Amino acid sequence: MALALVIVPLAFAAAAAAMPWQKWRPWLLPACGAVHLAMTIAALGRPEVSAIGGWLKLDDLGRLVLALVSVLFFACSLYAPGYLALRAERSNRVFVPCLLFFLAMNSLIVEAQHLGLMWVAIEATTLASAPLIHYNHHARSIEATWKYLLIGSVGIALALFGTFFLAYAALRAGLGTSLFFPDLVREAPRLSRPWLHSAFVLLFVGYGTKMGLAPMHTWKPDAYGEAPGIVGTLLAGALTSCAFLALLRFFQIVSAAGEAAFARQLMIGIGLLSMAVGGVFMARQRDYKRMLAYSSVEHMGILVLGVGIGGLGVFGALLHLVNNAITKGVLFLSAGNIHRAYGSKSTEDVRGALRRLPFSGALFLAGFFAATGSPPFAPFLSEFTIVRAAMTSGHAIVGGLFLFMLAIVFIGMGGAVLAVVQGEPPAEGPSGYHDRLGTIAPILLLMAIVLFLGVYVPAPLVALVQNAATFVEVKP
Amino acid sequence: MQIVADPLLVVLLLVNFFMLGTSRLRALINGSAAQGVLLALLVVAVHGEVTLQAALIALATIALKSIVIPSMLTRALRDAAIHREIEPVIGFVPSLLLGGLGTGLSVVFARTLPLAPEHVGSLLVPASLATAFTGFLLLATRRKAITQVVGYLALENGVFVMGLTLVEAMPLLVETGVLLDLVVAIFVMGIIIEHISREFSSIDTTRLSSLKE
Repeated sequence: MALALVIVPLAFAAAAAAMPWQKWRPWLLPACGAVHLAMTIAALGRPEVSAIGGWLKLDDLGRLVLALVSVLFFACSLYAPGYLALRAERSNRVFVPCLLFFLAMNSLIVEAQHLGLMWVAIEATTLASAPLIHYNHHARSIEATWKYLLIGSVGIALALFGTFFLAYAALRAGLGTSLFFPDLVREAPRLSRPWLHSAFVLLFVGYGTKMGLAPMHTWKPDAYGEAPGIVGTLLAGALTSCAFLALLRFFQIVSAAGEAAFARQLMIGIGLLSMAVGGVFMARQRDYKRMLAYSSVEHMGILVLGVGIGGLGVFGALLHLVNNAITKGVLFLSAGNIHRAYGSKSTEDVRGALRRLPFSGALFLAGFFAATGSPPFAPFLSEFTIVRAAMTSGHAIVGGLFLFMLAIVFIGMGGAVLAVVQGEPPAEGPSGYHDRLGTIAPILLLMAIVLFLGVYVPAPLVALVQNAATFVEVKP
Repeated sequence: MQIVADPLLVVLLLVNFFMLGTSRLRALINGSAAQGVLLALLVVAVHGEVTLQAALIALATIALKSIVIPSMLTRALRDAAIHREIEPVIGFVPSLLLGGLGTGLSVVFARTLPLAPEHVGSLLVPASLATAFTGFLLLATRRKAITQVVGYLALENGVFVMGLTLVEAMPLLVETGVLLDLVVAIFVMGIIIEHISREFSSIDTTRLSSLKE
C-alpha cells in the first residue's frame, strides 16, 4: 500500500504522457484522484503501512498530511476536465502528466522516512511544478517560472546543506551517518549541538523557502499570480503542506535533542513576520491572484507560529493545516474562474463578479470570509485554538500581535475582494465564460467541507490531528 | 587522504575566485566544468582507494558537471549570442573582495564547529562553506540567466563537498538521487532560458521585471 500510493500516480502519469488523445487525457486526473483517495482511506484504516524495509512508512503526521493532500487533489482533479476543456487550444500533454507526477512526489514526501529520499522528492516537486506554472507560455509566466525555479532551487540546496550538517552532527557524536528519521529522533540527545543548531537554521531557511515564509516568500506572488488556478491550489494547499511536514520532521529532531526552545523562538519570530508581510502587501494589492499568494504567506506564518507556541498551539496549527489547504482550494479555483471570465487579474477591471458569475463570485466571497477566520468557517476554529494556546501559555504579547495582524489582513483583503465581487459588471469580455457544473461543483464541494468542519469536527479527524500533534511534540 | 584532498580543495577555492573575477561567460562555464573535475578527484581522494562506488560517482560527476551541463550552457550562450557579463550589480573587484571575505569567514565559522577526529585540520568544511558562498554571490549579483545558473551550480558544488565528509555511510541511492535531481534542474532551467531568450530576445534577467509590487 505504501508503495502503491507513489507508484499508481506515476503509472497514471506515464499513461497520460503516452496517450495521444488531447480530449480524453484530462479524464485520467479524476480517475487517478479517485484511486488515490480510495487507497488513502484504506491506508488510514490500517495500523501499520510501510514498504522497502522502512524507507517508506506512514507515521502519525504523515497520515494527516496524506489525507489532506489526497482530498485536495481529488477536488482539483474533478475541476481539471472542465477547465482544460476551456483551454482546448493549448496542449495538455505536459500539463496532465506533471500534475500526476506532482501527486506521486507528494505521497513520497509524506511517506519518506529517510531524510535524503524526502529531499529528492521535494526537489522533484519543484521541477514538476515549473512546467505547470509556465502553462500559459507568455512573458509574465516565463518570468514567474524563472524566479520560482531559481529561488526554489536555492532553498532546496540550502535544505540539502542542512541535511548534511545534521548527518555530520550524528557522525561527530560517533553515531554513524544514518539519515533515517526514526534513528535520528531516537539518538537526538547525543547529537553534536553546534552542528544541530546550524543544521536547523539551514533547514528552516531551505524548507521555509519552499513553504513561502517571509522573507523567503518572493517567488510566491509571481508563481501563484501567473499559474492556472488549479496549479495555485495544489502549490498553496498540497506542496506547502508537504514542506511544512518536512520542517516539522526537523523540529521533532531538535525537540528530541532538548533544544526545542531555540527552534520555537525562531518559529514565533518568522511566523509573526510572515503574517505582517502578508497583511501589509495584501492591503495595497490590485491583483487579486497575487493577493491570494500573500494570504498564503500569512497562513504559513500562522502554521509555524502555532508550532512555535507549542502545546495546544501545535494541535491548532495542524488543524489549521487542513483548514487552510481546503480554503485555499476554494479561493484559487474561484479566482481562476473569475480571471477566465474577465480576462484580467486587476481589481480595477474586475467588478460585479457576484452578478456576472453568481456561483464563482459568491464562493470567492465566502472563501475570503473563511480565509480571514470568520465564523462559522473552519479556519476560525483553528485560529481561535492558536490564540487560546498563546494566551494560556504565557505568550500574551504574541497572541495580541496575532489578533492585530488578523484584523489588518481582514481589512486589507476585504478591500480587494469586495471590489471584485460588488458593483456593476463591465461589458461582456471576449472569453464568454459562464459558470458551469464542471468548474463549480468541485469548489462547492470544498466550500461544503470548510463550512462543515467549522460547525462540527468529526471524531476521526480530531483523532488524526491529535495523534499527529502528540507525534510532533516529542519530549527529550 | 588529507595529503591529496587538501591541495585539491585549495585549487577549488582558487577556481571560486576565478569565477568571481571573470566577465567572460565562456570562462565562467569553464570554471564550473573545472570544479566538476575537481569534485570527481575529491570523491576518489576522500574514499582513499578506487572502489567501485567511488569510481561510479566520480564518473557520473564528471559526465554531468564537466560535460553535459557545460555543453548545454555553452549552446545557450551561442544561441543567445552573448559573451560577457556586463554591469553586474556589484563590480568584479568588489565581488572578489567579498569572495575573499566570505572565504575568511568560512574558515573562522568552520573552526567553531567541532569536527570528527578524521576531519580535524582538513579543509573540507571551510571549502564547502566558501564555495556555497561564492555561488550565492554569483546568484545575487549577476544579471545574466546563465551566470545565475552557474552560481546555482557553485552552490550545489559547495553542498557536494560537505557531502564528502559523509561518504562512508551515505547510501549510493541518495547520492545518485542528488546528482539526478541536479541534472534535471539544470535541464529545466535550460528550457526556461531558451524561452526567455525567445520571448525577450535576451537572457538578461533585468528584463524579467514586470512582476513586482
